Amino acid sequence: MITVSNVNKSFADLKVLNDISINFEAGKTNLIIGQSGSGKTVLLKSIIGLHEVDSGSIFYNDRDFTSLNLKGRKEIRKEMGMVFQGGALFDSMSVEENVLFPLDMFSDMSEKEKKDRANFCLNRVNIQNSNHLFPAEISGGMQKRVAIARAIALNPKYLFCDEPNSGLDPVTAILIDNLIQEITKEYNMTTIINTHDMNSVMEIGEKIVFISKGNKVWEGSKDEIFNTDNKDLNDFVFASELYKKIKKIS
Amino acid sequence: MNLFENVGKFSRFLVLVFSKPEKGKTLFSQIIREIDKLGINSIGIVVIISLFMGAVITLQTAYNMLNPLLPDYLVGYTTRESMILEFSSTIVGLILAGKVGSNIASEIGSMRVTEQIDALEIMGINSANHLVLPKIIAAIFINPFLYVLSVFVGITGGLLAGYLTSTVNLADYIDGVQYAFIPYYITYSLIKTAVFAFIITAIPSFYGYYVKGGALEVGRASTKAVVNSSILILLANVILTQILLK
Repeated sequence: MITVSNVNKSFADLKVLNDISINFEAGKTNLIIGQSGSGKTVLLKSIIGLHEVDSGSIFYNDRDFTSLNLKGRKEIRKEMGMVFQGGALFDSMSVEENVLFPLDMFSDMSEKEKKDRANFCLNRVNIQNSNHLFPAEISGGMQKRVAIARAIALNPKYLFCDEPNSGLDPVTAILIDNLIQEITKEYNMTTIINTHDMNSVMEIGEKIVFISKGNKVWEGSKDEIFNTDNKDLNDFVFASELYKKIKKIS
Repeated sequence: MNLFENVGKFSRFLVLVFSKPEKGKTLFSQIIREIDKLGINSIGIVVIISLFMGAVITLQTAYNMLNPLLPDYLVGYTTRESMILEFSSTIVGLILAGKVGSNIASEIGSMRVTEQIDALEIMGINSANHLVLPKIIAAIFINPFLYVLSVFVGITGGLLAGYLTSTVNLADYIDGVQYAFIPYYITYSLIKTAVFAFIITAIPSFYGYYVKGGALEVGRASTKAVVNSSILILLANVILTQILLK
C-alpha cells in the first residue's frame, strides 16, 4: 500500500500540488486521472521520488519515503517498477538486454537463471522471437510491453505507469491495460497508473483519483464515476458525445 | 552568478559520478565498451589530422628557414618538438572535444529527454555514476595511446612531406628527430592528455545530464559542451605548462 499524506509541491511561485492525501491499495489498479497540466505527472514523480515534495509524507507500507536518505530510498526503489510514457527503453540495448539489465544490476542469479527470467517476463507480455531487436526496430506497443517486462523483472511490490497507452491504437491500448491489470493481480502489486484515457478508466479503474488544478477533487471506483455529481469530473470524463450517450444509457 | 552556479552544480555532479559503482563487473564491461567507442573509433581522425599536421609543420619550417647558418636537421627537430609538446596533446584534444564531446553530450542528453535516466534512477541506480564514470576512466586510459600514435604518425607525416617535396634531406630529418630529445616532455604531454581526457568526457556529460526540454535543447547542450570543453582545454594547457615546465 502507498499512502500520500498532505503533499504540497510548488515550482517557483506556481503551486502544482495542493495538500493531496490518497491511499493507493495493494492488488488494485489505482488510476490518477486529470486534464493535461492538472498535476498528475508531478504527483506520480513525487511519489517515486523524482521530485522532492515541499511538505507532506509518502509512505510505502510503513516506511516514510520522504524522510529517508539516498540509501534508504534506494532500497525501496529496488521494489519499484516503472513504465514510462515513451517506454524509456535503453536505446543501446536489445530487447533482451533491456529486461536483463535490472537482473544484472541487482540479482545474484546465474547467467542462465537471469536469461530464463528475462525470457519468462518477455513471454508474459507476449513478446517472442524479438529478443535481439533494438527499441528503434519495434513498434510503440511492443516497446510498452518490453517496458512492462523490464518493470516486473525483479518482482516489484509497486508498479507505476505514466500514460502507458498514449500514442497506441485502441486495440493495443486495451491489451496493455489488461496486461497491467493481470500482472497487478498476479503479483499482488500496488499499481498506480497516470492516464487521461477514458477507455482505461472504464476498463481497469478499480480505484480512481481525479486531480484538477493540483487538488484532489474526487476518488472512487469506475462504477461510482457514473453517479457522481461532481461537475469538474463530469466535464472531464463525459467530455465526448459518445461518453455523454453512455452516461445517459447507464 | 551563472558561472558560480554552474561550478557548484558541476562539483555536486562529480560527487555523484565518483561515488561507489553499483557492480564492479558491470563497470568493467562498460569501460571496455567506452574504450572502443571513444578511443578506438577515434583512431581514424587522429591519424588523418596528425599526418597532415606533421606534414605542414615540416613544410612551413623548411620554407621559413632562410638563414643558411641554420642546420637542416632543425626541420626534423621542430616537427618532433611541436608534435610532442603541443599538437598531439592540445590540438588532438581539441579535435576530440568536438568529436567525442558532442557525441557524449547528445547521447546523455537524449537519454535525459527520453526518460532513460529517470528509468535508471527508479531502479535505484546512481545514473551519473553509471553513465559517466566509465567514459571518464576509458578516456583517461585510451587517450595517452592516441597521443603516442599521433606523435608517431605526425613525425612520419613530416618525413613523407619533406621527402616527397624534396624540401628536406631524409638523413637530416631523421637526425633532427633524434636530436636533443628530452624524455620529460613526453611525461609532461601525457599528463596534459590525461587532464584533457577528463575535460573532454566530464564537461559534455555534465551538459548532457542536466538537459531540460527536447531535441533543440540537446543540440544546444551539445554545442555548449564542445565550446566550453575547448576553452577549458586551452586554459588547462596554459596552467599545466606553467606548472610542469617552469
